[in-house]
Amino acid sequence: MNPIDGTLDSQSNPAAVAGNTQPEPVIRNPLFQNPIARRVLKERIFYGAILAATVLALGFLFYLLFSIGSQGWEHLSWDFFTNFPSRFPRKAGFKSAIYGTAWLGGLTLFFSVSLGVGAALYLQELSNRNRFTNWIEISIATLAGVPSIIYGMLGLGIFVRFMGLGRSVLAGALTLSLLIIPVIIIASREALKSVPDNMRMAAFALGATKWQTVRDHVLPAAVPGIATGVILAMARAMGEAAPLILLGALTYVAFVPESPMDSFTAMPIQIFNWTSRPQEAFHNLASTGIIVLLGFLMICNSLAIVIRMRWGRKP
Amino acid sequence: MTSQLWAKISPWQRWRERMVVRGLAFTAMVSIFTTAAIIFILGEESFQFFTQVSVKEFFFTTTWAPLFEPRFFGIWPLINGTLIIAVGSIVFSLPVGLGIAIYTSEYATGWWQKVLKPVLEILAGIPSVVYGFFALTEVTPFLQKIFPNIEVFNALSASIVIAIMILPTIASICDDSLRAIPKAVRDGAYALGTRKSEVTLHIVVPAALSGILASFILAFSRAIGETMAVTLAAGATPQLTLNPLVGVQAMTAYIAQVSLGDVAHGTVEYQSIFAVGLVLFVMTLGMNLLSQFIVKRYARKYE
Repeated sequence: MNPIDGTLDSQSNPAAVAGNTQPEPVIRNPLFQNPIARRVLKERIFYGAILAATVLALGFLFYLLFSIGSQGWEHLSWDFFTNFPSRFPRKAGFKSAIYGTAWLGGLTLFFSVSLGVGAALYLQELSNRNRFTNWIEISIATLAGVPSIIYGMLGLGIFVRFMGLGRSVLAGALTLSLLIIPVIIIASREALKSVPDNMRMAAFALGATKWQTVRDHVLPAAVPGIATGVILAMARAMGEAAPLILLGALTYVAFVPESPMDSFTAMPIQIFNWTSRPQEAFHNLASTGIIVLLGFLMICNSLAIVIRMRWGRKP
Repeated sequence: MTSQLWAKISPWQRWRERMVVRGLAFTAMVSIFTTAAIIFILGEESFQFFTQVSVKEFFFTTTWAPLFEPRFFGIWPLINGTLIIAVGSIVFSLPVGLGIAIYTSEYATGWWQKVLKPVLEILAGIPSVVYGFFALTEVTPFLQKIFPNIEVFNALSASIVIAIMILPTIASICDDSLRAIPKAVRDGAYALGTRKSEVTLHIVVPAALSGILASFILAFSRAIGETMAVTLAAGATPQLTLNPLVGVQAMTAYIAQVSLGDVAHGTVEYQSIFAVGLVLFVMTLGMNLLSQFIVKRYARKYE
């Protein structure tokens, strides 16, 4: 406990005040006219309440993981990874969803990193504040709050219909890229901001141009921070189902995409499909799928934590 | 003999440099294009929709039955569904989230504090389809024990899982804004003889109120835009009701329902999802702008 946590006896203890020769206590704030026992009780109740809130949240987390784990554990076999989805829960597997998510992940990573990090470099290092960058900042702030399902409608309008990509992996990956580009820009700018200015000054002093400074010194120093942000954003994109449903990602796919133009399914879509069926057996399959998806996301997240701890800058 | 160090930058290099900067400026413009494209696509298809359905019917009638003849396009049941779920989730998550934030920022110490935040962040990283599954297979059966006449698809179940989902948003923004209150403010209060809970409740929380309010609005906007949990748990019966124990349809759930079915491009059902999407976009945008405004306008600066 904090040493100054308690109160001075002469102020708060009525007996001490009464025994004193001076007749009146100095402070009249109602806070101090409570007897000390009641204030201590209030303190305890308050502490109990916030502790209960925290324990409740942790409890929910562990119960959620436990209930899904116990439901889905029995289906988790090699067959689950190598079978295609099926009408019969016994034979159904996750193969096309895993491949679909892998395709989506690779393409999304490529588009979102090249566009997101590029934009962050421009905004943070290579531009001056003017009306143009102001507009960009406003639109990034706007986009960061747009619900993911709206991105699905955007993808449906632009990539599926206007550009004629159809319901392909490419259209899905482009949509997911647009969804996470604002997140990547914000994280990358934070990483670039934390590179100390001495580094830039030293490079300029040796005659490097702006771009040389950024490319050879600032960017390499910011890579751990950028990588952490990118991994977290990717984990978010790979768990998204709503935009892909809008694009018309298929729910029954018994093949593996072989080019970016093939139609596809993805892990969250397949889980959604199994969950929305009434039979119990498919719910168990869905929980097995969730174990795989969460396992994949946990690996991503721990990777991000490792990068932050190993290379992260100490504040 | 001239040193290479003093050599001027060649025109070729200067040109290359300029090209790189232009290229990167183009990548930054993608954000502007995206925003413009969202507004254009929602606006264009909604315009098509409103040539067939009057604005008056859309906003001033109260029956939503777009998929079967006779069709009715009064959006209020969908807005009602969205709001009842979002308000319900905020009612659960605001006190709990604020409590967690106070605990992590004021009370927890040492390694426990360091571990607690990332562990709670896991809740934010779980995909929403997983929350939908959890609502359907765990929360609804549990609620059925308490309220025997609850429907299989109901707003309450969706509210509860969305509350869990947005807890980390509220907790982490509140935590940041509580931490931003300098130690001197707390020490001043301690010096006057207040206890820790009194300092927290009467001094620190009021000082951080702008951040708390912003987190609340941001979380509300996330709850409105949430799709998968709402689609799976709350059902697909658009109706005007304040009863959380019956099924409702949220705006996002309607959009998902239509796109799961086989609706042809150019039909009025197809266009209706864009009109609903436009309403959703305007609502979330308004909330986000409001929260940014509150942070800018009311945040106190302590130097």
